[in-house]
Amino acid sequence: MPGKTCDAIVVGGGSVGVPIAYNLARKGLKVLLLDRRPAVGQGDNKAAIGGMRATHSDPAKIVLCNRGLEEMSRWRETHGVDVGWKPGGYVFPVYDEDLESTLRGLFPIQHEFDLNIDWVDAAAMADLVPGIERQNLRGGTYSPNDGQLSPLKMPVAFQRAAQERGAEFRFNERVTAYEREGGRITGVVTDKGRYSAPVVVVATGADAAADGELLGIDLPVQPDSHEAGITAPVEHFLAPLVVDMRSGPEGKTANFYFGQNDEGQIIFCYTPSELFVGDNREPLSEFLPILASRMITLIPRLRHLLVRRIWRGCYPMTPDGVPIIDKVNEIDGLFLAVGMCGQGFMLGPGVGQEVAALIVDGATSLPEAAHNKVRFDRNFHAASTEALK
Amino acid sequence: MNEKRIQSHPILQPLEGASVEFTFNGKPYHGRPGEMIATALFAAGVSVFGHHHRDQGPQGIFCANGQCSQCTVLADGRAVKSCMVAVRPGMKVESAEGNPPLPLDSAVGNHVRPADVQVPVLVIGGGPAGLCAAIEMAKVGVKVLIIDDKPELGGKLTLQTHGFFGSVADCWAGTRGVDIGYILSDGVEEIDNIEVWTEATAVGVFWDGKVGVSTPDGYKLVTPERILIAMGAREKALAFPGGDLPGVYGAGAFQTLVNRDLVRPTEKLFILGGGNVGLIGGYHALQAGIDVVGLVEGLPECGGYKVHADKLKRLGVPIWTSHTVIKAWGEETLERVTIAQVDERFQPVPGTEQTFEADTLLIAVGLSPVDEILVKAREYGLKVYAAGDSEEVAEASAAIFSGRIMGRKLARDMGVPVEIPEHWEPLAEVLRSKPGKLVTWKPPQISEKIYPVIRCVQEIPCNPCSAACPEGLIKMEGIMGLPEYEGDCLGCANCVSRCPGLAINLVCEDYDPDGKLALLILPFEFGDEMIRLGGEVRTVDMDGEPVGMGRVIAVRERPDQDRRRLLMLEVPFAERTRVSGFLVRKDSELVDKALPSEDEDPIVCRCERVRKSEIVREIRAGVRDVNQLKALVRPTMGGCGGKTCGELLLRIFREEGVDLADVSPSTNRPLVAEIPLGAFSEKEVDDAR
Repeated sequence: MPGKTCDAIVVGGGSVGVPIAYNLARKGLKVLLLDRRPAVGQGDNKAAIGGMRATHSDPAKIVLCNRGLEEMSRWRETHGVDVGWKPGGYVFPVYDEDLESTLRGLFPIQHEFDLNIDWVDAAAMADLVPGIERQNLRGGTYSPNDGQLSPLKMPVAFQRAAQERGAEFRFNERVTAYEREGGRITGVVTDKGRYSAPVVVVATGADAAADGELLGIDLPVQPDSHEAGITAPVEHFLAPLVVDMRSGPEGKTANFYFGQNDEGQIIFCYTPSELFVGDNREPLSEFLPILASRMITLIPRLRHLLVRRIWRGCYPMTPDGVPIIDKVNEIDGLFLAVGMCGQGFMLGPGVGQEVAALIVDGATSLPEAAHNKVRFDRNFHAASTEALK
Repeated sequence: MNEKRIQSHPILQPLEGASVEFTFNGKPYHGRPGEMIATALFAAGVSVFGHHHRDQGPQGIFCANGQCSQCTVLADGRAVKSCMVAVRPGMKVESAEGNPPLPLDSAVGNHVRPADVQVPVLVIGGGPAGLCAAIEMAKVGVKVLIIDDKPELGGKLTLQTHGFFGSVADCWAGTRGVDIGYILSDGVEEIDNIEVWTEATAVGVFWDGKVGVSTPDGYKLVTPERILIAMGAREKALAFPGGDLPGVYGAGAFQTLVNRDLVRPTEKLFILGGGNVGLIGGYHALQAGIDVVGLVEGLPECGGYKVHADKLKRLGVPIWTSHTVIKAWGEETLERVTIAQVDERFQPVPGTEQTFEADTLLIAVGLSPVDEILVKAREYGLKVYAAGDSEEVAEASAAIFSGRIMGRKLARDMGVPVEIPEHWEPLAEVLRSKPGKLVTWKPPQISEKIYPVIRCVQEIPCNPCSAACPEGLIKMEGIMGLPEYEGDCLGCANCVSRCPGLAINLVCEDYDPDGKLALLILPFEFGDEMIRLGGEVRTVDMDGEPVGMGRVIAVRERPDQDRRRLLMLEVPFAERTRVSGFLVRKDSELVDKALPSEDEDPIVCRCERVRKSEIVREIRAGVRDVNQLKALVRPTMGGCGGKTCGELLLRIFREEGVDLADVSPSTNRPLVAEIPLGAFSEKEVDDAR
């Protein structure tokens, strides 16, 4: 098959790749997006629970998510397309002094990078989370500008917006080689064809390490998996997403989080204390009993929710828990947007803007301190800076 | 209050009175102890249980089997499937108007880890296949756990009031399905090695090889060495305008309400589908005193047994082949049905529309295996087997055999030396076979005092007539053969009362000394209200065509004849071999005008109220991945998880000219039934599972 030429190839059509394609097309580039799956968002994107928070302690993530929130909360106005946006913020309810001081200790850096977050007392927390266990509740943090979106609707919305701007999407097509000439990337080969472009972006989520091998660079991305579930819809009663940072008495959960989406469904997930390393996405029997006891202990009325479906998705982790969003110095024209550490969905729109800036403007759009955190040439084994992984 | 309860039935015993007081939307009602909320509401004439949150569409019963969520109501403030939760004294039931509120509740939970249960064999499904398999395994010492989501074992056998086909020697042919259910559940009770959990719902199989089971005693994780899936089948759906109205539902739901619960959910029934399920449903309706306005079948011939179709025709039910329902009409519930002829490509022929009044439309357009857990267990490499409809959809007699064979195979795989008799596999094949060729029926040329007229003209697996004749005068080649009478009839009428198809009657030629009249002895499975002794009736031939007039002389009961009576009908001598029955219902009346309706865009996904136009729009926009279709417009994303619309979606792709090879299939995940979060961890589990 004769090579096809375009300005930029994006490999990976998930939470990160599709916004990148959109932002590049918006800046006038002729973009081709390739994905081995049959449609956009069919990898771990759709395993996300849909929370979008700028409530992080890492500056880059705060800035990227603030930008994403700005864009997504207005998507319907701008594009006339529903992406399931539901405002309501994030709360981290707190029951012990240590956690209170940890979370309060993050406020300076969070405020420095313009995160709207503050402490609310127990009564205010109980108003935000109706039915929450009041015993020992000290209050918690509340970041009202955070919100949620539909992981099902968002990637298609970006895809269609990109297509309107001339981007081409090809599915069921696996990249088998990256082509280089000297120190430059020149295109990719797939199981169906060959495509040339001076710019290639790798946004392959949990598969990133394999792309690193094809490229001959070490991409330190290792997936582990998390389970999630969703219930039948109920009348809206819960505005914010809730993160309970405590580890569970059963010894299996490091924290858990949930929210009510725009459909009225409660969608939930936990972080296991002992990680399930690898990319197995099949559900395990222990998930529901453990999560049920944790959720009902926090909010007893949740016992009446009808559980509809569960699934497992991957967190593409980097050693320091911070993404890689950068050009590759050794290979001209090669850009990376990988290692989102389970936050690809909430980071994606902001990452799309940043990668387009890196490619088209030739410079980062982030404050330098933030950009340094996500550089590919950083020391991945320095002490982690992210308290709210 | 209880006018919708069936007080007398030719086959079933009336149930005890409704003594449980509850309220629905503030008004007092009565249900029977242990009765499901949906049934108690139907018994009181309530068939609209709420309105959908998306478009306020009225919601009623659909599967009556815990598989969908159409019948959701609020019971004491909690959203429950009304077909699966029993009424309790003082229960406050409310219609589900939009998304249900989450009740306030601050009770501290008593959380326990789910019980871990190790078993050699887990049988999921306590119907004919599962019970037979379990019995075979238990007999040779294999320990079995049977789980079933209903309070009683027997599966769909409990709904089958008619005599079964098949082989008398091997699977109780001639016995009513409901009684076979009792035989099998008694068999399970009498044998060691079988543990039974009823009201136990398998919610899914997990990657770690455990099966999650929600039970009244809490959530359990069963680790079986081997799993047998015997979960039966579910009804296929069709999408047509108005098909989502309350009053349009599956034939299984109808049989549940009528034959299990003895409730008369309808006055005027229409049936879509001429397979055995639809045909038998029509007969059951007539037995319950429900008028059957008509039945349509899309193919040129009914797919069910001819004897079942003949029964309906003889009773006066019109059957239109090469016809389909093009529209269901009504405001809150079904009021009218419009049918039309279809061409060879199943497209309605303009100008052939006919509209009838009907308050209920049964959808009986075939069955699909319930195989979600089977598919996953295979994917996970577990040792899993399937029997009955979960393996291959066929008659219940085939499920019995399939269960027996699979039970023994399973025992053998576990190292227990047990033989599978050589004739079992071929017999199972025969029992699974579709009806064979039709021959033209010819009136017998016999001149005896008394003799049988056998109107059995289609090869089906069935032999009770030949087994019933004490003189062995009815011969057939194998159970697929056609019976032939050889002469010298004693007149015992055993064949009349045993033929499951009601296709045999006796002719007494020496009834009238003047030779002007003959007496027919016909099988009769209706109540006395259908006839008047000495009264005249309009006689029909085997296809329901009018013959003349006859007179009912007597109805005889014989205790050995299992609720089938013998009716003596006097007919003109010349018509003695033509008459095969008499009409019990009036002609169906056409309605001039259909109700006005703008709704021409059928609902495809009932749970999420997704219309066909939305799906077509996305397919035309280039969507070729069912998962993406789900993400965009939400078909299969509701309570039933695509059990109803999953196949319809593929049909729409085909209609749009898309090769299904280019369509990426849907990913299916647990749970297979919605379960309250509390049921997974709490000791005190409410019954709102």
